[in-house]
Amino acid sequence: MSSRRDVDRDAELAQHEVPSLHWFALDRRRFLRLFGGGIAVGLAAPGAGVLRAQESGRARESHELPKDLAAWLHIDKDGRVTVFTGKVEMGQNIRTSLSQQVAEELRVSVDAIQMVMGDTDLCPWDAGTFGSRTTPTMGPQLRAVAATAREALVDLAARRWKVSRDGLVAENGKIVDTAAKQSLSYGELTRGEKLVRTLPADTAAVAVSPAAKWKVAGTRVPKVDGRDFVTGAHKYPSDTSRPGMLHGKILRPIAFEATLVSLDAAGAEAMPGVKVVRDGDFTGVVAPDLYTAELAVAALASGAKWKETPGQPSNATIFEYLKKNADAGATERSEPRITGSVDQGLASADVKLSQSYTVQYIAHAPLEPRAAVAEWNGDKLTVWTGTQRPFAVREELATAFRMPGENVRVLIPDTGSAYGGKHTGDAAVEAARLSKAAGKPVKVVWTREEEFTWAYLRPAGIIEVRGGARKDGTLVAWEFHNYNSGPAGIATPYDVANQKIQYHPVKSPLRQGSYRALASTANHFARESHMDELAHEVGMDPLAFRLKNLSDARLKAVFEAAADKFGWSKRKPQPGRGFGIAGGNEKAGYIALCAEVEVDKASGVVHIRRVGAAFECGAVVNPDGLRNQVEGAIVQGIGGALFEAIRFADGRLLNPHFAQYRLPRFSDVPPIDLVLLDRKDLPSAGAGECPIVALAPAVASAMFEATGKRVRGLPLEGLGNPS
Amino acid sequence: MPAVVLSVNGRPRSVDAPADETLLSVLRNRLELTGAKYGCGEGQCGACMVLLDGQAMPSCQIPVSEAAGKKIVTIEGLVENGRLHPVQAAFLEEEAFQCGYCTSGMIVASVALLKTNANPSAEDIVGTLARNVCRCGTHPRILAAVQSAARKGPAK
Repeated sequence: MSSRRDVDRDAELAQHEVPSLHWFALDRRRFLRLFGGGIAVGLAAPGAGVLRAQESGRARESHELPKDLAAWLHIDKDGRVTVFTGKVEMGQNIRTSLSQQVAEELRVSVDAIQMVMGDTDLCPWDAGTFGSRTTPTMGPQLRAVAATAREALVDLAARRWKVSRDGLVAENGKIVDTAAKQSLSYGELTRGEKLVRTLPADTAAVAVSPAAKWKVAGTRVPKVDGRDFVTGAHKYPSDTSRPGMLHGKILRPIAFEATLVSLDAAGAEAMPGVKVVRDGDFTGVVAPDLYTAELAVAALASGAKWKETPGQPSNATIFEYLKKNADAGATERSEPRITGSVDQGLASADVKLSQSYTVQYIAHAPLEPRAAVAEWNGDKLTVWTGTQRPFAVREELATAFRMPGENVRVLIPDTGSAYGGKHTGDAAVEAARLSKAAGKPVKVVWTREEEFTWAYLRPAGIIEVRGGARKDGTLVAWEFHNYNSGPAGIATPYDVANQKIQYHPVKSPLRQGSYRALASTANHFARESHMDELAHEVGMDPLAFRLKNLSDARLKAVFEAAADKFGWSKRKPQPGRGFGIAGGNEKAGYIALCAEVEVDKASGVVHIRRVGAAFECGAVVNPDGLRNQVEGAIVQGIGGALFEAIRFADGRLLNPHFAQYRLPRFSDVPPIDLVLLDRKDLPSAGAGECPIVALAPAVASAMFEATGKRVRGLPLEGLGNPS
Repeated sequence: MPAVVLSVNGRPRSVDAPADETLLSVLRNRLELTGAKYGCGEGQCGACMVLLDGQAMPSCQIPVSEAAGKKIVTIEGLVENGRLHPVQAAFLEEEAFQCGYCTSGMIVASVALLKTNANPSAEDIVGTLARNVCRCGTHPRILAAVQSAARKGPAK
């Protein structure tokens, strides 16, 4: 079973992987030039083979770092610690949680550490910040790197004092010889040193502190640079400014699949300082200021004639379309996985159900839209942008401009959120194209309408489920088909002897991509809703029915903790008011959630009155940051559960504005009673995604209890006119 | 282009900008005050909020000519002598942000609320902040931060 899960995970990661083209041997001199002495510790990337520190050999004069590294840490002659990672910060708080883990192993305070993140010139190659991978992979990698640096410092001190290293300890940024009552600060030890250490990708041999002994990790450490976020001082990608910078705008087609037939650019070109740039299917403008750029692109739009492609799907036809066009891109991950025989299982069942569940396309709507500033210096390109995949965006730029990747530098200021929605470098490519034409730095910031329309969406999907259970509540058959929304979270955690589970890929009519937790939200909605339906059919409490068919102790534990916190056993449903429970696991995290809802009989409007939830993701690195993430995921889940949906027809989005696309607002947010289970005996897992998956099915089941009517499509309030 | 004279964070600022350019664009692109954010350009998200004669307004909806003659205070202007405004301090203490992109607008809206209503109920806060979007879902903490700032009262 676990290998099947690995296939899932690898398939998901493969969707985003850009294979690296080159491996250069680690050039010690280059690093020393970069760092100017001190101690540098690097960790080999998995699969990179044996890393060799070369004493000689030609150093490439490009600014490219070797691609066979996963992370770097440097301690300079003043004892300052700098960590280099390709991961990026976009609100998930890893700048802080990774600093804590480095501080833990190096025995320094968090504020002694500077994290350099997502700068493709300075940081080792990284596939991207997605899939809740930072905590389970980058965390342990940095701990191993930091522990290695600490031991190197101990060795230095032992040599300096000519004593055995056994009596030396690292504490508070110093190596201390307690017997001889002497100590040296890290700066005193690294000054004059030029030490480069590397460790293999498999860090099992590196001794790190177990979570039970953590003093800095595992505690509430306030967000690094938190003050800058309350004073407006923090510079997001869209706040980037360069001397002489111009502003750019792109002429967008009036509909998907529309092609430009003719363009009268005279009006725009007559505006002061405006330049129109046309290249292939790209048309854009640059102007000295944003105001003029907006006027110019509006003038272009009024002078453009388009040819549209008729017959594109709409909300009314999308599910039929998805089923009709299924399996076009079948691959290994779309093979059915079969255990036992569903038909035989159903034959032995007392209760049999067959239902379809649907989810609409939804938008990430990161509050900071896509933005980039591009600047050319000769044949070198530098871009500041907000993306989850700086190195993939570098390749995107290199491909777009047919230039070597090492001539492109991508920098990622801590970004105004992404939720899986910023994997691409669209704005970066656009800004770079305009800047190339203008000969000056250019900034492109997408409007909200552009962000809705030309980014990409969480896939729509239809999920068909057949389930069977015996009178005593034993689950005996489970068949599950997901069309288009994806394979994440498709496996059931419940014990069922007879299963058939299959993902059917479809070529989506709308541009779609990853979204926080991927398809796990859709698959949990279908699975947990169906479990609720089966429980009602056999006449069992929905929690008792789940627990009867569950042997996964971690999932059981969160169900029991959530039910206890919420007072599940004491709930009193009444007409118009109901209770629901749901749970699951995703990305090695476990969530269970209970919801109490009230449904207005006349309007059908749903009010979530309170939520009780339990979450577990192994050893907690920062309990306060974790709580923030988990609550945030639950709140974000409210939108997709109740009212978020992209409405579309004829190749157009019909609601690409916040006035029409309803997001969760303060009045939608109920009190959330959250228990975090800290499992110091288990490896830390990421928490960005898992906690979003349980809200929708819990609310749907509560609505059923309140009204007697089962809603099997997200959003649960339907597509009606947004308020 | 005639110059527009604005009062921003207690200082007169003269800018060359068309009369109908938005205050948000002028602040961000001509005065290098990037604390107010672009989120939607339609007055629907509150990320661009500034104080205009003490009232929290979406600066993306205000033509710069209308802002002339009014006292404009942006998030950058709330810090006094290096000291955070009590609402800023409360947001920091409660860590009432994730990506932080909505934070300026949330703080500005809350400062305006507490000026007219020193002890707001939870409903008052929810009602006022209905115009502000936090996409990261930090609402419970933002609510707690505003309540905490109210409890502690204005800066001495």
